[in-house]
Amino acid sequence: MSAETIDSRTTAIVSEFRELSDWKARYRRIIEAGKALPELAEERREDRYRVKGCQSQVWLIPAFEGGRVRFEAWSDAAIVRGLIALLLRVYDDQPPEAILTTPPTFVDELGLSEHLSQSRANGLASMIRQVQLYATVYRAMDQREGA
Amino acid sequence: MTTNGAAPLRGEVVRGDFPIFEVGEGERPLVYLDTAATSQKPQVVIDRLVRFYGREYGTVRRGAYRLSQEATAMYEGVRAQAAAFLGARSASEIVFVRGVTEGINAVARAWGGANLSSGDEVVITAMEHHANILPWQRACARAGARLRVAPITERGEVDLEAFGALLGPRTRMVSFVHLSNALGTVNPASEMVRMAKAVGATVLLDGAQSAAHAEVDVAALGCDFFVCSGHKMFGPSGCGILYGREEVLASMPPDLLGGEMVDRVTFEESTFDDPPHRFEAGTPPFAQVIGLGAALSYIESLGRSRIAAWEAELLRHATGRLLEVPGARITGTAAHKGPILAFTLEGVHSFDLGTLLDEQNIAIRVGQHCAQPLMDRLGVHATARASFAPYNTLEDVDAFIEAIYTARELLV
Repeated sequence: MSAETIDSRTTAIVSEFRELSDWKARYRRIIEAGKALPELAEERREDRYRVKGCQSQVWLIPAFEGGRVRFEAWSDAAIVRGLIALLLRVYDDQPPEAILTTPPTFVDELGLSEHLSQSRANGLASMIRQVQLYATVYRAMDQREGA
Repeated sequence: MTTNGAAPLRGEVVRGDFPIFEVGEGERPLVYLDTAATSQKPQVVIDRLVRFYGREYGTVRRGAYRLSQEATAMYEGVRAQAAAFLGARSASEIVFVRGVTEGINAVARAWGGANLSSGDEVVITAMEHHANILPWQRACARAGARLRVAPITERGEVDLEAFGALLGPRTRMVSFVHLSNALGTVNPASEMVRMAKAVGATVLLDGAQSAAHAEVDVAALGCDFFVCSGHKMFGPSGCGILYGREEVLASMPPDLLGGEMVDRVTFEESTFDDPPHRFEAGTPPFAQVIGLGAALSYIESLGRSRIAAWEAELLRHATGRLLEVPGARITGTAAHKGPILAFTLEGVHSFDLGTLLDEQNIAIRVGQHCAQPLMDRLGVHATARASFAPYNTLEDVDAFIEAIYTARELLV
C-alpha cells in the first residue's frame, strides 16, 4: 500500500463508491470501513489527541517513521469512524509533502449529501485540518534534520 | 380570533400556514422535529417583516418624522401585546432583548451586580441550560456568592424536597427552567416560586421552551423575571422578551449603556430613563420585534391550550411508537412533559442517528443540548431529541419512527 500515491488511492475509493446505487449502500460502505479500523485502546484516547470541532469524539494520533506520516484514529460514532477510515486509507503512510500538496477532493466525489461532505458537525473538515497540521509539523522537522 | 371552544388543532391544517412545508414536484416533504432549537415561520410573520421593511421602515424612539413615529407606535404596540401575552400588569414590565441568553445575562449582571454579595446564594436546578448556569456562575464568582444546584430524580423531575432544603435566608435568587429543553419536563413553577418567595428570594423563570407551547401568566406564576426568545415562538431571530416585575425593574440598574436610555448625560455623571427603556440602550431589534408581534397574534389565533393539546397528542403517539423500537430509552420521563422527546438508542451514537435521519429529510437535534452538567448527571454522552410544534402531524411522527428503524438496520 505504501508504494501507492495519494492519487491512486483516491481513484480507487471514488470508483468503489461510484458503483453503489443509493444513499443506504454508500452509508453501509462507510460504516463497514469504520468497522475495519483497528480499535484505539481506551487508555490511548487522550485529550491531547482529541480533534476539536466534532459533535462526536474523535482521536487522531500521529507518528513519523522513515519519512512517512502514520496515523491511528478512532471515533465513538460509526459514520465518523468510517469517514476517518477512508481518510486514513488516503493519507496514512505518505510523505508529509504528498499530504500537503494533495487536497482531499475525493470527499466531494463519494456521492454523499452536501450535508455529510460539508457539515461542520461530522468534523471531517476538522480531521482533514488536523492531518495537514501534523504533516506540516513533520515536514518542518524533516527539513531541519536534513539541513 | 379567540378559539376557546373551537375545534381541536390538526397539524395538517396548521402546516399550511408555513411556506417551508410546501412540497415541490419530486421533492420529499420536510419532517421538522427541531422546534425546541428554533421554530419555523408562518407566512403572516414573513409578510409582516416584508411589509415593514418594504413600506413602513423607520427607526424607533429617535426620529422627528412620520415614519419613525409610526414605527415607534408599532414597536410600543408589540410591548403592550407582549404584556398581555405573558399576563404582565403593564407594558413597562416588558423589556425587549435579543433572546433568553441575553435576558438572563443582563439580569445576572445588572440585578446580580446590585443585589448579590459575599455569602449570598443563588439556586438553580440540575436540568438548566448553559444559558441559565454560566451567567450565575460568573455573577456568584464576582460577588463571592455561592451557586447551589437542586438535584433531579431519575425521571428528570426536580427533587422538591431537596430544592426546599437548599432555600434559606441567604438565598437571593432562584433561577430555573419552566420547560426543560433536554428532558421535556414541565417544572411545577407556581409551587417552586411559592417556595422561593417564602424565603424572600427573587425568582427568574427561563421560558425559552414554554412561552409558545403553554399558557403563561406571570402574575399567577408569581415570578419576578420571565424570559423567552422570539425565534422559538414562530417569530424572527434576534429578539426576545424579558419580563420584569415593576418593583424589581425599578430598582435594577441598566446593564448596557448608550443611546435613548438616559434622562440626562454630562461627562461627570448621568441619570437614566425609567424602565423599560432604561434597559434598551442603542437601536433595538425593532423590525424583529414588529415581526414578533405578528407571531404573538398568530399563537393567539391558534390558541395556546389548543397548541398544547395537539402537541400532547403528538408526544403521546411518538412516545408509544418509540418505546416499541428495540433498544430505545427515553431520557426524561416526568409525569408532566412538554412537546420534547429525548432518547438514546442502544448501540447507536446519536450523531449517527441524526445523520441518517437527515438523509431522509428528517430534522432532529443530537448532542448535549447545551446542558453538559445534566448529561453528566444522567450518565449519557449525548441524546437524540425530537421536539414538536402545532405544524407537525402524526404522519411526521410515523416517518420519524420508520426512519429510526432504517437507521438501526444500517448501524446495529
